[in-house]
Amino acid sequence: MNAPLTQTPDAKAAYDARWSRIMDCVNLKQPDRMPAVLYATFWLAKYGGISCKELMYDYDKTKAIAERAVLEFEPDACGLMVLATAAGPSLEAIGFKQLQWPGHGVGDNQPFQYLDREYMKPEEYDDFLFDPTGFYLQKYLPRVASAFEGLDQLPVFPGLHYFRLISGIRAFAKPAVRESFEKLVKAAEEVERFSAHVDAWIQRINALGYPLVSGATAVSPYDFIADYFRGATGMMKDLYRNREKLLQLLDKASVFLTRMTIANAKAYNHPIIMIPIHWAPDAFMSQKQFQDFWWPPFRKMMIGLIDAGFVPMPLWEADCTKRLEIIKDVPPGKCIYWFERTDMVKAFEVLGDVVALRGNLSPSMMTTGKPEEVDAAVKHLVDHVWNKGGKLILDCAFGLPDETPVENVRAMFDAARKYAS
Amino acid sequence: MSELNERERQLIEWLADMREDDALPLAKKMLLEDGIDPLHVLGLCRQAMDIVGKRFEEGEYFLPELVLAGEMLELVGAIAKPLIKLGPGGEAKKLGKVLIGTVHGDLHDIGKNIVSFMLDINGFEVKDIGVDVPVKTFIEVINDYQPDVVGLSGFLTLAFDSMKETIAAIDNAGLRNKVHIMIGGGQIDETVRSYTGADAFGVNAVEAVNLCRGWMTAGAAA
Repeated sequence: MNAPLTQTPDAKAAYDARWSRIMDCVNLKQPDRMPAVLYATFWLAKYGGISCKELMYDYDKTKAIAERAVLEFEPDACGLMVLATAAGPSLEAIGFKQLQWPGHGVGDNQPFQYLDREYMKPEEYDDFLFDPTGFYLQKYLPRVASAFEGLDQLPVFPGLHYFRLISGIRAFAKPAVRESFEKLVKAAEEVERFSAHVDAWIQRINALGYPLVSGATAVSPYDFIADYFRGATGMMKDLYRNREKLLQLLDKASVFLTRMTIANAKAYNHPIIMIPIHWAPDAFMSQKQFQDFWWPPFRKMMIGLIDAGFVPMPLWEADCTKRLEIIKDVPPGKCIYWFERTDMVKAFEVLGDVVALRGNLSPSMMTTGKPEEVDAAVKHLVDHVWNKGGKLILDCAFGLPDETPVENVRAMFDAARKYAS
Repeated sequence: MSELNERERQLIEWLADMREDDALPLAKKMLLEDGIDPLHVLGLCRQAMDIVGKRFEEGEYFLPELVLAGEMLELVGAIAKPLIKLGPGGEAKKLGKVLIGTVHGDLHDIGKNIVSFMLDINGFEVKDIGVDVPVKTFIEVINDYQPDVVGLSGFLTLAFDSMKETIAAIDNAGLRNKVHIMIGGGQIDETVRSYTGADAFGVNAVEAVNLCRGWMTAGAAA
């Protein structure tokens, strides 16, 4: 089940038809039917009858289960499901500290969870701003992954020259630095194996006629600093205590994150870039804070991605209803906005002529409801969004919740075909 | 509280307006140089927190202001509390006792911490037992602490089942009629409330405070 496949003419036609549906939505054109996406992480463990830990560690099983799910539900596009799950060996090889995953901090049958901590102190803004790479090598990377721990003994690179260069490289002979490099090479070899499995899975899925809904992923500048550096409460205090430095770092991050994302997206050879959004919700900050801190660096990044020929697909978590008028300010026909709890009908009313929409069957209904409730929820979206001209890509609020019964997944895809073909 | 003087009003206003750089030195001066009664200074802080809570409720303030307000209160408290000379009945009577924790399997705590803070500044005694709390720990602590309200927090969808199990265990232990149970977290809605058997759910910290207040008022009236 894991060998490379040659795409048959029928599979190619199916692939092209499915991909056209997605891109028609992006381009605000009417597709032949409403596309529906299969996006899952640990739901695959439940579906395949294996533990979450096995899903994270057994490449072959994970690939096979993810392929079986695609073939059973025949989505118009699917998530990069193997990459989102089978990272266990790579995380372990690098000694990743920001996540607890099955077998590493959480039970074998629980999903991974991110540890919200302060990974950068408030007084370190200047270090990060002045020399981001130096800050990464000597401070940040050793804090977030143990394989990097020896790198805190590396010299300060800017300034090395002439004979200072000779003395500067002595650090590479230090035992801790050597050890770090040895661990990093081993970790990189594991990531190579992992990536080869991911590539092989994509090749088979594409050959079977199914496009991926997105390739590279990215992060907004604000979320990047809040989630991965300052931590939730640290960031909130910075809005008052370190306002100017935070604004400078947001601006700088928007540039290097855009560059990194373009490079990653080119490597995937896929135009759509998924960007999970954590800190935009209505309840998290005032409209003024959103307009001062959150939106400008993210908009700049999205425009950079669009100008480079890519399609940003932010996933606006929680309820972002109050932000709709602000986030509408993007060129039409260039983005997909995936909403989690924002009312999709309202989102369509405000954004329908600007972006394609994705979502958003509720997690509580998908996990605890009956198939007929799923059917009714899909019909509601079809009646009030799709049939009124909304370019809707059907999905759950944040992909399939891990606990979703299979019959509810079936109901979702059946209803999409029944009501919007 | 008696009529406030200009400086006292200033402290309340600066704390409520998030002017940390002005408020903290003033509080420090009042406590350490001018010998103002620490309980009186903490009372002023509480009045400021009432304003913060009200502004949050009215949609003027959001999470950053609650977090900074909590931090300022903690900083003033750290200076004030060692100065307090304990006397009989020094502590104000609490409105009720709330036990709060994130259910087993879930490690998220940002929302829970904000709810704890808001309950605290609104006059409740809060016992926060952390994240990934096993069912049996909830039962043990309910027995020991005898809260009026139990708040179950959870961000992941797996929390639906953990909440359901926790509430079923509270029921089996014969404690269900002794506590009101509220649930909250990113994915919580009426469907989840009904699934878990909780008495109520809230989508933010203000709703949590209002639920607790409502239950305490109803209890007092009964």
